[in-house]
Amino acid sequence: MTLGRILSGLLAGLLFGAGLAISGMTNPNKVLNFLDLTGTWDPSLALVMASAIPVAALGFWLAKRRERPLFEPGFTLPRNTRLESPLVVGSALFGIGWGLGGYCPGPAIASLSQPNGPLVAFLVAMTLGLLASGRVAGWLSPARSVGPPPTVPPSRAHKGM
Amino acid sequence: METQFTPVEALVGGALIGSAVFVLFHTLGRIAGVSGMLSAFLRAATPAGERVWRLAFLLGLLLGPLLAIAILDRPLVQPSPASLPVLIVAGLAVGLGTGMANGCTSGHGVCGVSRLSLRSIVATGVFMAFGVLTASVGRHLFTG
Repeated sequence: MTLGRILSGLLAGLLFGAGLAISGMTNPNKVLNFLDLTGTWDPSLALVMASAIPVAALGFWLAKRRERPLFEPGFTLPRNTRLESPLVVGSALFGIGWGLGGYCPGPAIASLSQPNGPLVAFLVAMTLGLLASGRVAGWLSPARSVGPPPTVPPSRAHKGM
Repeated sequence: METQFTPVEALVGGALIGSAVFVLFHTLGRIAGVSGMLSAFLRAATPAGERVWRLAFLLGLLLGPLLAIAILDRPLVQPSPASLPVLIVAGLAVGLGTGMANGCTSGHGVCGVSRLSLRSIVATGVFMAFGVLTASVGRHLFTG
């Protein structure tokens, strides 16, 4: 059971990391050339999304026919559906950081397989930012509880999807 | 630096990312969002049993590129052209922003959009717009 959960996490991580590397997401030059419309535009990364989304969507659709996942009592999905200010302000901040360095969290961690000093500095700063984010989001939206987003109780996870 | 348009690699890599989302949801019933994964792994309140598979995922994320490099025999991981101070600011913005928004390119951009979550579609539109704006304007100011 525990071994199954660990191997599931490892397999998903391996597929994700290999996918990021093959697709070009671990080359920040490619990411910045996708985001920079004024230079030598490289549309490759639009195809990464165009290919990842239907495969993921198929996974979510097929899961609706299952009672539960293989190693857990239920499916866990974010239950928060409100469009509050931390979502918008946070996404804007994230976009700025992404456009500056060419790293989003997944590729930054995957790139640690070939580490360099500035990448490690980016990851340390990213981790500090992540740790401080609950407090900052609380300032913007006092009603919002600090901590993980509420999740659907396992047995009913799929009813509301 | 100029890069080549690589449609086949992009489609194959994207399909692998999608299949990672598929596998994690069908085995553990969880969304494969990297910022959320890291955040839950770091949180003191997360029980050991919930932390261990996240660590396995993060290790896989790190080993996956090495596997791809070994199979394809190509340099797939490259350093960022941005300077150290810019990368520190970028890291803070990415960590703070994805934490506040409860998701990044994977959690909102791939998982949320493929579930047609309105929150994720809004988040993806906002971070894409600000990413394009920053790279198109800011990049010329910071990296020349």
